[in-house]
Amino acid sequence: MTHSYLPEPNPDAKLPSPEGRFGEFGGRYVPETLIAALDQLNDAYSKACSDPAFQQELDHLLHNFVGRPSPLYYARRLTEHCGGAQIWLKREDLNHTGAHKINNTLGQALLTRRMGKTRVIAETGAGQHGVATATACAHFGIPCVVYMGEEDVRRQAPNVRAMRFMGAEICPVTSGSRTLRDAVNQAMRDWMSTVDDTHYILGSVVGPHPFPLIVRDFQAVIGRETIAQSETAIGRLPDTVVACVGGGSNAAGMFYPFVATTDVELIGIEAGGRNEQPGNHAASLSHGEPGVLHGSFSYVLQDIDGQTEDVHSASAGLDYPGVGPEHSHWKAAGRVSYDSVTDHEALAAFDVMCKTEGILPALETSHAIAATMKLAAQRNPEDVIVICLSGRGDKDAAEIQRLIDSK
Amino acid sequence: MSAIDELFRKLNKEQRVAFMPFVTAGDPNLEFTADLLTALDSAGCHLVELGFPYSDPIADGPVIQESYTRALKNHVRVHEILEMVQRVSPSLSLPLVAMVSYAIIFRHGIESFLDQSKASGISGLIVPDLPSDESEVLRDLCDQRDLSLVPLITPTTAPDRVAHILETARGFIYYVSIAGITGERSELPAELADNLRELRRQTETPICVGFGISHPKQAAMLTEVADGVIVGSAIVRRIGELALSHRDSAIQSVVDFSKEMLSGLKKPEA
Repeated sequence: MTHSYLPEPNPDAKLPSPEGRFGEFGGRYVPETLIAALDQLNDAYSKACSDPAFQQELDHLLHNFVGRPSPLYYARRLTEHCGGAQIWLKREDLNHTGAHKINNTLGQALLTRRMGKTRVIAETGAGQHGVATATACAHFGIPCVVYMGEEDVRRQAPNVRAMRFMGAEICPVTSGSRTLRDAVNQAMRDWMSTVDDTHYILGSVVGPHPFPLIVRDFQAVIGRETIAQSETAIGRLPDTVVACVGGGSNAAGMFYPFVATTDVELIGIEAGGRNEQPGNHAASLSHGEPGVLHGSFSYVLQDIDGQTEDVHSASAGLDYPGVGPEHSHWKAAGRVSYDSVTDHEALAAFDVMCKTEGILPALETSHAIAATMKLAAQRNPEDVIVICLSGRGDKDAAEIQRLIDSK
Repeated sequence: MSAIDELFRKLNKEQRVAFMPFVTAGDPNLEFTADLLTALDSAGCHLVELGFPYSDPIADGPVIQESYTRALKNHVRVHEILEMVQRVSPSLSLPLVAMVSYAIIFRHGIESFLDQSKASGISGLIVPDLPSDESEVLRDLCDQRDLSLVPLITPTTAPDRVAHILETARGFIYYVSIAGITGERSELPAELADNLRELRRQTETPICVGFGISHPKQAAMLTEVADGVIVGSAIVRRIGELALSHRDSAIQSVVDFSKEMLSGLKKPEA
């Protein structure tokens, strides 16, 4: 299977440091109560990494349950539409549950079992990570509680139903802004009281060490497959790889295996929302500053007192005021360039992708598509751009219709 | 020696156990907080833990979360809190310990936050989201200013970590009674007294217990094994929405409760 293909030795392979630092970013800024659970998780993960049986079981699940490897697909009509570089799509939307999130939740569910824990909690915004967690827990028969902002429970009804069908309990969060950020807070609070028997399956490359490391590693199958598939399909690596960044898990998984190959250009696209004013976007790397949120030191959208700012994106999955610490490191090191795309541009790209390719992408992914379309038009036909098509857009259909109607 | 060290030395001589109420700065506004601090001082409280409202408090239960939300809704600012402390602290005999997220300290600039805190009359800091492995830099900077950086130890803290935390503790140890978030509980864990005795065996530093304590009887049970008792949600709940409409009765209610707690806090005869 292609996903066991390993990239060239990576200069960043030693990151994070044992303390969980990617350069100056990362760390563990959490209450003392959680330290024991983080140490336990780190230990269980290290042991799992050197256990061939763990890798084998995960590979088997990824192949037979998720349907990996996901195809690398040449988007011919989209390429013609843009009139420049070739656009290829890494089809994470074709995974079971319709997004990349399942790569991580299966890995962490296996770790839950290894640690002998009997209950799982998770946070979710748009519901994709919640569905992927509920799915992994149903597969292993582990009870699962998903924290979800009250606002998001209302907006993402189809995913709430799917989670309940799979036996998960949904806890609407009514504190603060009632969205993803508060769902993370509430999941952490639950974990404070239940660390003995509960594992928290965090859904992105954010939070305290070792979560950014573990989630990146479980998602790195995306980049490893892309490298192998590029060699086969075009006989070389792509020139440019583009992915959307909220917390940044699909982008981290796609970029990480490419980081050492410096002639591959890596571009992360954040949610530019309505405009660049505070409260109107969710572009932490583009407009934020280094600070502490949810257990890690990274770029964050805060006011001058360190209070987390409200954020906005048409895409619920990117609607988050922080970003993974490794992305902050890649930005500081100049290895990955980050830019943002507005709600309006993402919606336009969604429309083009649907009509030229017959693929209905997630609104999150549509941000990466919009940036790629602009870029491809300026490049030569020999150039190859790969988009991480992180998820399908069925969940967004009602919201997109509402946005079109309200224009 | 900071004001906190002096206080515990004195209390130890008198065989008394410290009572430390937690108050959210700016709930519902800073004028109220200033008056409340004065009233708590007059009532005989030994220290006050002054909570700086934060938008994402992970270790706090609903009562304290809501007090932070109320304060932030009224746009209370960090510099305004420090200005209020500077106004009121000269007339207080009790030391103030700031409970403040590292997100706030870092954003302000660590040294500038510490300088301003020191200048305003704050004696120590509790930083709930800065575990001991991350706190070295802050502790050194606090030491330079004679500010006590108070560490937390919980029932889940591993023995080798406890030893390290005790070595670097300043002021007092904040022992968290339970693995969980702040909030009143009718029962404290059965193993709490044993945990505190084990900790006492290892350190001379004063030990104060917090999380879950809301009743004078619970506090009285701890006098044998602790040097101080911290009460948060049971105080903050008495302020709540009342403070705006019935300001004086809100303050009186907290004072009455504090006096009740204080009456039970004396070390048992040896």
